[in-house]
Amino acid sequence: MSRRARLVLFAVAAAALAAALGVGLAGLPSFGAQLSAYARMLNELAPRQRHVTDVVSAVSFDYRGIDTLFEEFILLSAVAGISALLRPLSDETRRLPEDKAPDRTIPPPSPAVWLLAVFLSSLLLLTGVETVTHGQLTPGGGFQGGVILASGLYVVYLGTNYATAERFEPNALLEASDGLGASGYAFIGLLGLLAGASFLSNVVNLGVTGDAVSSGTIQLLNVVVGIEVAGGFAILVSEFLDQTAVVRTRQR
Amino acid sequence: MSALAYGVVGWLFLIGIYGVVSSRNLIHLVVCLSVAQSATDILLLEIGYRAGGHAPVFVGLPAHPGPAVDAVMQALALTDVVIGAAVTALLLALVVQVHKRAGTLDPDRLRATRD
Repeated sequence: MSRRARLVLFAVAAAALAAALGVGLAGLPSFGAQLSAYARMLNELAPRQRHVTDVVSAVSFDYRGIDTLFEEFILLSAVAGISALLRPLSDETRRLPEDKAPDRTIPPPSPAVWLLAVFLSSLLLLTGVETVTHGQLTPGGGFQGGVILASGLYVVYLGTNYATAERFEPNALLEASDGLGASGYAFIGLLGLLAGASFLSNVVNLGVTGDAVSSGTIQLLNVVVGIEVAGGFAILVSEFLDQTAVVRTRQR
Repeated sequence: MSALAYGVVGWLFLIGIYGVVSSRNLIHLVVCLSVAQSATDILLLEIGYRAGGHAPVFVGLPAHPGPAVDAVMQALALTDVVIGAAVTALLLALVVQVHKRAGTLDPDRLRATRD
C-alpha cells in the first residue's frame, strides 16, 4: 500500500475512532466530581482491615492480588522473550572488543566519576530496598523499588566500563532471582490455601498499622515482586548492553 | 474542565496511532506506541481523580485536608506502566534483530522475510 493511501485510510479510521472515543468519554462522570462507591469504601476500610497506610499497595497486592500475579507473569515472560530474542544467533559470537592501538592505553575513568558511581549506586541500592520494604506504608512497593535497584547497575556501567559492570551482574543469580520472585508470589498465595482460606488470602499476622513490619502478605508480596523486578530489569539492561558491547557477527 | 481532561486522552491516543501509521523508523514507531499507551494511564488517573484530593496514603504526616483519590485507578495505572515497559522492551529487542537481518529500520523498506 502506498504511503498516501495508508494515510487516507488512517484519516478515515481515526475520524471514526475519534467519534466513538468522544461518545465514550462524554459518558464518563465529570472530571474530579466524585469517587465510585468502591473507591470510597476501600479508602475507608483498607487501613483498618489490612493495617496499611498506602491503600494502593493494599489494592495491588491484596484486594486485586490475582491481577498482580498475572502482571508479574507477563513481566517474567517478557524478560524470557527478550533473553531468547537477544541471544547470540548462529552466525554471531560473543567477543570483547579488542584494543586496536596497544601503544596508547585507554585512560581509566577519572576518580571523580568512579566516586560518583560508587556513591550513586549505593544510594540507589538503599533507596530501592527502602521503597520495596516500605510499600505498605508509603508510596512505592515491589515494582517501583525493583526498578530502582536494577538501575544501580546502569550507574556502575556508566561510572566504570563494561568488564566491571559484567562482574556486578552474575547472570545465574539474576535469572534465579527473576524466577524465585515470580514463583514466590504463587507460594505466598498458597499460604492462604494451607491456612484453610482462599488463594492469596492475607493469613499472615497483620501487625500494627504503620509499623515497619505490618500488613501481613502485602509486605511479603512486595518483597518477592521487588526481587523479581530487580532481577528482570537487570537482565534487560545486560541483554541490551551485550548487544552493543560483545555480540559480533562471526568472521568468515 | 471535563472536556479538556478527556480531550487530552483522545488526542494523545490518536496522535500516538498516527505516529505508528506514518513512522519511517521502527524505534520511532515503538516510542509512538508508548505515547498512545500513555493515554490509558492518564485516563485511569483522571477517572480516579477527585477535585482537591490527595494521594490515598494515610500516614500521620502533617494532615492532608480533603478527600483521597481513587486507589483502585492508581493501582491499575501502575499495572499499565509495568506492562507498557515490558512491551516496549520486547518490541525494541525485535527491532534490534530486524535491523541485523534487514539492515534497515524503515518499515516501508522491509520486504517479506526471505529464506
